[in-house]
Amino acid sequence: MRKQILSYLEKNSKMDSKEIAILLGTEPDVVENEIRKMEEEKIICGYHTMIDWDKTSSEMVTALIEVRVTPQRGQGFDSIAERIYKYPEVRSVYLISGGYDLMVILEGKTLKEVSQFVTDKLSTLDSVLSTATHFILKKYKDHGTIFDQKIKDERMLVTP
Amino acid sequence: MRKLVADKVAAIQPSGIRKFFDIVSEMDDVISLGVGEPDFDTPWHIRDEGIYSLEKGRTYYTSNAGLLELRQEISKYVQNKYKVSYDPKSEILVTVGGSEAIDLSMRAMLEPGDEVLIPQPSFVAYEPCAVMADGVAKFIDLKAENEFRLTADDLRAAITDRTKILVMPFPNNPTGSIMPRKELEEIAQVVIENDLIVVSDEIYAELTYYDEPHVSIASLPGMKERTLLLNGFSKTFAMTGWRLGYACGPAELIKQMTKLHQFGIMSAPTTSQYAAIEALRNGESAVQEMREAYNGRRRYLMHAFREMGLECFEPFGAFYVFPSIKEFGLTSEEFAERLLREEHVAVIPGSAFGKCGEGYIRISYAYSLENLKLAMSHLQNFIEKLRREKHS
Repeated sequence: MRKQILSYLEKNSKMDSKEIAILLGTEPDVVENEIRKMEEEKIICGYHTMIDWDKTSSEMVTALIEVRVTPQRGQGFDSIAERIYKYPEVRSVYLISGGYDLMVILEGKTLKEVSQFVTDKLSTLDSVLSTATHFILKKYKDHGTIFDQKIKDERMLVTP
Repeated sequence: MRKLVADKVAAIQPSGIRKFFDIVSEMDDVISLGVGEPDFDTPWHIRDEGIYSLEKGRTYYTSNAGLLELRQEISKYVQNKYKVSYDPKSEILVTVGGSEAIDLSMRAMLEPGDEVLIPQPSFVAYEPCAVMADGVAKFIDLKAENEFRLTADDLRAAITDRTKILVMPFPNNPTGSIMPRKELEEIAQVVIENDLIVVSDEIYAELTYYDEPHVSIASLPGMKERTLLLNGFSKTFAMTGWRLGYACGPAELIKQMTKLHQFGIMSAPTTSQYAAIEALRNGESAVQEMREAYNGRRRYLMHAFREMGLECFEPFGAFYVFPSIKEFGLTSEEFAERLLREEHVAVIPGSAFGKCGEGYIRISYAYSLENLKLAMSHLQNFIEKLRREKHS
């Protein structure tokens, strides 16, 4: 039940519990209850909107930053990750296996703003050994959603 | 000049769907609920295998019966899903869609005058295929009060000493009806008692929403040797355009069907066969996802019908619902045509699937939820209008 509720909400967070209940063949109360519990348990951490900022007049730059850090005794990567994710302009922070340690996704209004953040704030942190910044030129697909996808039903209108 | 066309062929009525298609294709902005194929694209990993096979230059005929590797996968799949085992070398034939398999089965089995029992409403191809093979089509009317399942009594009543084949079209297009194990066992008993052969069209086997998974009649005791099991990739893996199906049955019959297939077709499309291997090996999670989406839509439609007071039994298979429109006093063709012209919603008249489909319409839920919601609001307008007309 939970998995099915999540899979509907993940695709469309605006779906209400009455509608989900119809689709799952259960009662709205049951769905509401499960959703509330999952919110409390932080399984559901928020309801966001997918926006293709390129189509708006607002300027927006996204960068992926590979960060190599020195893990700290007793805390591993957690405390350095926390120092980074507390900045509001940081959208995501992931601990990564492989050539570097943290993947930081950053959003800013201009290239300058992003580079300033990297040079002034990120690379000056004590445990940060190095950074490599990659600017995103175009988003094709994000969170399972393909931007600019034209959905056209190409089937014949009636078939046996 | 000589007559161009054989009487036998000219006498076959074109499908009722065809007629409706002609009206629909003249109109703009139709919201269609009339399609008998999945709305999903073939899962990418399957398409990718097809593309890869082309890149590798696998552009030749395969063996007549289909790639052995594919037949081996089919054998494993059928064993695993439906608990019947078929020898890939002698008991499986890969065909151009399930439709070819239906045609071959009739041609390979029927002597002139042999009777074929066809439960209706059902897919439109059984009757013409039987007739073209010099068989005689006899219909069994399925009833709404039995949830359009075939009952042993109805079957018994239809059997004559010329009856050779029983077509089992379940899960059913257009009703969405399924045959649970218990009912199927009763049918199997009558089949064995009367020494019939079953052509079991199980193309929708993976699209069921019932307590138990689909049961194949071939898996019941004493049935494998008298059943031809037909299935395919179109509905399960959303691969209609790839045209690929298969038949599993007694070696003696598969051998003759393969002969006909060899002369008529040569071999099923090679690209499709390679893609199908991937579908069988790694397609399960995609199928699961599609099944859940269909099930949600099915429940949504049942809910919408209840809200509008439209009578419909709850179907547990395929992607169709088959509501009754008898309260409006229109034939299903009249209903469908007015719904199309007045609300721009296309459904298929139940009568296109046999006379006993009169009084019903087929609604397909192989559409996005948004599309279904829009269509249901139009349908609601329409039936409210019909009810007002009736009372004024």
